[in-house]
Amino acid sequence: MAEHEREELMDVAPGAPHDSLMSETLSYIIGLGLALLLTGISFWVASTGAIWGPGVAMGLVVLAIAQMGVHLVFFLHITSGPDNTNNVLALAFGVLIVFLVMIGTIWIMAHMNVNMGPMPELTNLQMQRG
Amino acid sequence: MTSAEAPAVGLTHGASEDTGLGHRGPESKSIVVPYGFWLFVLSDMVLFSALFATYATLAHAADGGPISNELFDRTLVAIETLALLLSSFVCGLAMIAARHRNLVWTEIWLLVTGALGAVFLGIELYEFAHMIGEGAGPQRSAFLSAFFTLVGCHGAHVTAGLLWIGTMMAQFWAKGFQPHIMRRMMCLSIFWHALDIIWVAIFTIVYLIGTL
Repeated sequence: MAEHEREELMDVAPGAPHDSLMSETLSYIIGLGLALLLTGISFWVASTGAIWGPGVAMGLVVLAIAQMGVHLVFFLHITSGPDNTNNVLALAFGVLIVFLVMIGTIWIMAHMNVNMGPMPELTNLQMQRG
Repeated sequence: MTSAEAPAVGLTHGASEDTGLGHRGPESKSIVVPYGFWLFVLSDMVLFSALFATYATLAHAADGGPISNELFDRTLVAIETLALLLSSFVCGLAMIAARHRNLVWTEIWLLVTGALGAVFLGIELYEFAHMIGEGAGPQRSAFLSAFFTLVGCHGAHVTAGLLWIGTMMAQFWAKGFQPHIMRRMMCLSIFWHALDIIWVAIFTIVYLIGTL
């Protein structure tokens, strides 16, 4: 196998720099701009009254996930290219576990809270005594 | 060696040679070490997911004490967020400078990275001290225990990152751009970017959704 072919086939690690100084720096600047934009929108969405109240929390979660994506792509250089297969597979597994732990816990604990919590009257009694 | 002689191992599809498995042997250390560190960072995120789940479960268990609406100041959080985001960006610049073997700019950008991280940590400690002074310490309610565990764990990571940045600067200064020093720098940048990703989740869930 020719030496230059070996070069092309190398894997890359997360955060590995691009080839040229310009494209590397540009990647970080685009990432910073997008992250600033998404952060700004998040704080604006949380503070403004212009958006339907119950939708705000979901909108914030979507914005946060988008910003994490920006960080992964522009700062950690995770791409869909063949040299990134291992990084993406590891990330996918991590995301799977994170979602299982978080959504599973919140789901189960919310049901437990509803089904096994004290009766409303009892709560009131306790509050009056306290 | 031709691909026909290569054993069919792992994820290689037929004659495809793009997955880094099998016929070429293991990748170089400059790939394997940051990849291993990437796995550590991902498992660290799994740890944080457990803390997030705990926080989400206990967020309303204030035991009659202060709730998040009364405790959190969005302006301070915005400054913290900005400091950490800029810090992550500058860490990328330091990585580029190191890659181009420029000692002065590597040290300068690492110093700026650390300084912005210190600003973030200072604001966080001020917030913690202020809350504890008001009687809203971790022992006050389950909500506050979960809050201090989650945000404090992130702050502890940032503290470790600051120490790492300091030792990184010293190593570049003393040893220059040797391969093993560059590998450490790669791991540091992965670590620092990951901390910013976790902070995005914290400021969204704890500080913004918590104070809606």
